[in-house]
Formats: sequence, structure tokens, C-alpha cells
Amino acid sequence: MNRKNVPNFLLSLVFLLFISISGAYAQGGSNAAAKTSIEIRIGYLRAFEAELALSVLDIPPVNAGVAGAEVGIADNNTTGSFLGQKFTLDVVQIKPDEDAVEPFNQMVQSGVKFVLADLSAEQLLAIADAGREKGIIIFNVASREDALREEQCRINVFHTAPTYSMLADGLAQYLIWKQWRNWVLIYGSHEPDQLFAEALRRAAERFGGTIVAEKEFEDTGTARRSDTGVTQIQRLMPVFTQELPNHDILLAADESEVFGGYLPYRTWVPRPVAGSAGLRPSSWHPASEQWGGTQIQNRFEKAIKRRMISVDMNAWTAVRSIGEGATRTQSGDPSAIAEFIRSDEFQVAAFRGQRLTYRKWNQQLRQPVFLGDGSQVVSTSPQEGFLHQVSELDTLGIDQPETECQF
Amino acid sequence: MRRYLPIFAASLMASVATPASAYMAYISNERGNTVSIVDTEKMEVVETINVGQRPRGITISHDGKFVYLCASDDDTVEIIDTATNKIVGSLPSGPDPELFVLSPDGKTLYVANEDDNLVTVIDIESKRVIIEIPVGVEPEGMGISPDGKTLVNTSETTNMAHFIDTETHEITHNVLVDSRPRFAEFKPDGSEVWVSAEIGGTVSVIDNETREIKHKITFDIPGLRPESIQPVGVRISADGSKAYVALGPANRVAVVDTSTYEVTKYVLVGQRVWQLAFTPDQKHVISTNGISNDVTFIDVASDEPVQSVTVGDQPWGVVVAPN
Repeated sequence: MNRKNVPNFLLSLVFLLFISISGAYAQGGSNAAAKTSIEIRIGYLRAFEAELALSVLDIPPVNAGVAGAEVGIADNNTTGSFLGQKFTLDVVQIKPDEDAVEPFNQMVQSGVKFVLADLSAEQLLAIADAGREKGIIIFNVASREDALREEQCRINVFHTAPTYSMLADGLAQYLIWKQWRNWVLIYGSHEPDQLFAEALRRAAERFGGTIVAEKEFEDTGTARRSDTGVTQIQRLMPVFTQELPNHDILLAADESEVFGGYLPYRTWVPRPVAGSAGLRPSSWHPASEQWGGTQIQNRFEKAIKRRMISVDMNAWTAVRSIGEGATRTQSGDPSAIAEFIRSDEFQVAAFRGQRLTYRKWNQQLRQPVFLGDGSQVVSTSPQEGFLHQVSELDTLGIDQPETECQF
Repeated sequence: MRRYLPIFAASLMASVATPASAYMAYISNERGNTVSIVDTEKMEVVETINVGQRPRGITISHDGKFVYLCASDDDTVEIIDTATNKIVGSLPSGPDPELFVLSPDGKTLYVANEDDNLVTVIDIESKRVIIEIPVGVEPEGMGISPDGKTLVNTSETTNMAHFIDTETHEITHNVLVDSRPRFAEFKPDGSEVWVSAEIGGTVSVIDNETREIKHKITFDIPGLRPESIQPVGVRISADGSKAYVALGPANRVAVVDTSTYEVTKYVLVGQRVWQLAFTPDQKHVISTNGISNDVTFIDVASDEPVQSVTVGDQPWGVVVAPN
């Protein structure tokens, strides 16, 4: 088993701050004095392997996700220093096809009560079932499969990662707002590609888009990048998109980095691209500065020395949700904290312009969807005019009347 | 909801009934990197001055001679001489200053440094940092008690109001409030501190004796989603009877009776209303409306909006000269 503990370099810093603050207020007045210290241990279990991408710029950083959790832990500890609560992060890394249950059990044995899962859907379900009887609360920060919130939902799993359907709906609302109603869908041959394609079909039906043609781009196992590849791609992509009916925009469902990035500027007719390339839907954007975003971006960049990406934000929000539960309940007990997160009192401010809450019926975080290209936030959904009787955020993804989740 | 008088009629009535004295209002324009100076009697911009980058928090010395301005992206507090309207110096604010408050004796400036979880205490005369006080994550709101003994800072991600003893520079109490506390305002008699929570959508009234929340004010505007009601700036009248609360993207200022904590009126102003300031004669409250690039004068007697004035790009803060 290839497992390694990633050292948490922020912790020592945080600890110093903790000491200095607690020292300062210990001499202070009544309720500023630290209460008995509660330690809340959060684990981060990730399946990771260096990935390839069509562009070298899109290769995920080695600490993707983990870095967001670290910044969240530092934030929780600043607050915790006033309340006598201390948060720690244990990071364990496995391979994408490896068994996750054994490392999970070891984490739990060492005292971890909350686990951030950056795993495949199968691995996530396995640890959810292994942790349920032990009262372990899991936050899914990476898997987008709708099924994990529907027929495969688990009572001890919260989801901060958005689903394929939320992402597709966020994109579709914008396309309808732009009145770009006729879409061509090109999808890859891998399972995640098909899931995203299915979410885009569903979004077309919900919001009034028309998919005028579909085409599969088969992965024949060629190298992602090669020295003279550019010349070939320039000839290949126009031909591939040659005989499509009239359309406003071309949607790529390529979650596997096989062809999506090759589409922009290379299509037969000049049309914009969205989905897995071009205008992409996501839970965060490295350039978002609205809603106080500058502050988390600055804090993140200062600590981690790179920009914050979606999986970092998913992990940060999970850690902050736990922190918010611990602050408000004045407890480190996972069942009390989970109960609070499920309650009407819970809300977390996470630089998305409004309070974020979890859907009670499947424990999915309600959140806006960012639409951006490589450098800019173009828009955020829900778009104006897409109304909902409970929350406009529930216009994104599978809503309560359609849910198949039964806890 | 009551129908508003046509603005010109209200404005005419106000000016006929009570000829206001002219004060200068200074408005920081976050995106424009400018300060607009508005004559409060004519209700028009008389001068626009170029300042540092991303100007936000703005206040003025008690003698009216100097405006202090947080130039957030320049990591400095700029000093503007109100006689010449030129920048004449700066104060060492620490990184990313957003909001600050001046001590009642006018000698000390307390600055919230959002990026560093610090409150910086600056001696104005010597332009020196006296001390940095570690607080919660993303410090923002700053309020000071009328006797100058208690400073309240709010931290936006920690969700606390930190009570700081200005003698010892130590935190004495931490009061948990709702999400993203933005502003702290003492009542003129020092009995209460009002803390707005932007994402939580509430204003917590904290008893300054017990340092506990004695009341939580909520807002309800028919036809608006609760999430779009986001309280930011709070100002309480000099006689302590009325409070004005800017409600951000709800585009309204709530008027609150401070004895009952009931909202008596929602005044429609411009878009994304952020901060507020009274004119020294207490006749008007001025709101900064970030997205519509204007400020609105609200008549305090009637709580009607009487005039909107276009200023620079994304007005953020406002202060009115005392003389």
C-alpha cells in the first residue's frame, strides 16, 4: 500500500497564533477566558495520482483540495482559540483504484471523527458504510455523481462538491438567458463523460434548450500531448465538427481530458464552446473577487502560494461547516455537529453572496455555480428570473420533488 | 408599504421648511479610486479627488480638518486636508485596511486589517503603530464606546464581536453573532452595541454591561427573498431614538425604533446600499449605493428619500464634516 502522511505545514503557524491569542486573553475578562480545550480531528482521505491534461496548465496541483482544508483548519483555529476548540488535519493518500476502507478505519482508530473524502464514488460509498456505525461524518468534496445524493445517498455523508446536474443546470440557465437555445453535444466515451452528457440533456429539457445533434468522441488511447500534436489537431477538429446542423453553441462533455480543450477556435463553423472546455461551470473560480472573495483568495494565496480552485473551495467549505457546527454547539461531538448542520439554524458564509445551507433531503450543499473561462468569471447562476418557492439555489440540480434519496 | 412623495416635492418641502446648513460629505468610490465631495445643502458634487487604490473606510478628524481614508489595495490610510482637498500624508495602517474608527479624543485610530486577522492601533500625531491586536478571521466592523474605553471589532468569518479594552489592548469578551458581521455601532449613551450580520441577515443588539445579546433584529420585506436582505452599515441618531440599517442588495435602508427594536420603515434607496452617515444637524442620513453609483439623502423627520446624487464608481463609505 502506497500511503503517505502529508505534513500539515500550516498547523505549526496556527498553533503559534493559538498560543499567543490564548495567552493574551487568559489575563482578560470573564467570557474571553478559554474554556477546557476540545480537540476536533478532521481527516482528509484522497485518492490521488498525477493526472495528465490536454493543456499542461490544467494539470491539478499536487495539493488540490488538501490546501483548501488546511486554510479552513487555520480559519477554524483562529475562531477556536476564542472558544477553547482546536482543529487538526490528518491527510492520507491512496491510489485511485485502491481499497479505501482500511486506511479509513486506521484514521478512525486514531481518533478522527470527521473525514473529507476526495475519492471515487465507489470508495466513498465503501467508507460511508464502514463509518456509519462508528458515528463518523463524511464530507464528499470531489465526487460529482448525482447517484451519491439520490439512490445511493447515505445519512452520514454531506456533499460540498456540486453534482453534474447542478453544474449543467447552472450552465443551461446562462445559455437560455443569452438566448443561445440550439446546442450540439459532443461527449466522450468514459463513464464520467456520459454522466455529464446526461446532465446536460436533462438541463436542456428543464430550461428549454434544444440539442440539435449529438456526437461521441471516442478515446482511442492516444497521447494527451506530443511535440507536433498541434498541427494534427488543427486539421482533425474542423473535420470532426463539419457536418453538424445549425447551432448556437457546442457543448463538450469530456470529464476525462480527451478532446474538450481541442474544440475552442477549431470548430468547422465559428461557435463558442462550453461544458468541459471554453465556458466551464464550477463551484469556485480562481479569479472570483465578488462577495468578499478577495479576502479568501488573498488568504489562500498567502498560505499556499497558488490560486484557489474548486476542490479547494469544496474542502474549505466542508471544514468551515464543521467549524460552524462546533462553534454554535460548543461541542466536538460529531452527532451533535451533524444534527446542527441539518437544522434550520445552520448557515455558512463562504464568499458565494448568500448564506449556504444543506438540502435536508439529500445533504447536498446549496451553492451558486460559477461560469468562467481560463481567466475570467463570466457569470454566476442561478440567473435572474429562474425562480423557486424555497431557494433559487434549488433551481440547480435535482430538486426535492424528484429526489430518490431515502435515508 | 406607503407611497413615496414625488422626490422633487419632498425635496422642496424639506428645503422650505428647514433650510439646512451646508456641510461637505466625503464619499469613497471603491472602483473609481476617487473621493466625491458633495455639498449637503445643494445636494451636488462639488469636487472629485483622485486617491489611492480601492478606497473604502472613510472618517474625519473631530475638528473637520483631515479626512482619513483606507486605500485598501495600497495598504495605507491616506490623509486628505479638507482646506485644499489634497492628500497630505499617510498613516501606517498595516495590510488591506478596510474600516476604522477614531477615538473620541481624536488621538487614536483603530484599523481593521482584513488579511491579517489584526486590529492595528495608530497614534495619529506621531503616525506610529502603537500595537497590533490579534482578533478573529477577517476583521471588519469597528465601533468605539462614547467614553473611548471599549473598542468593538467584528470578524467576518469567525462571526464574533470582540470587545477590546483600549487601556490594556486586550480582548475582554467575545460575543458570537450571526454570519459575516460587518459593522459595530454604539448607542450614544454607551448602553448598547449594534452589530450587523450581512449573511445572517440580522442585527444583534449587545448589552454593553453584560456583553450579551439582548435582542436580535430581523428584517422582512414582502416580495424579497430573505437571502437578499443583507445588513451592512448601521447608524444611530445622536438622540439615540432611531437607527438606520443599510440592507445591501435589498436596496433599502431600514429605520428601527431603538426602544422597541421594531422596524418602522424600509426606505427605498439605490442599488446595493452599503454605508450610512448623518449630517451633523441630524436632518439627513446619506446612503452609499454601490451598484447605482449614487448616494441617497434620506430626510430624518419623514424618513423619505429626498434626493439621489450620482457620485463616482461604486461608492462605498461616507463621512460628513462636522462643520
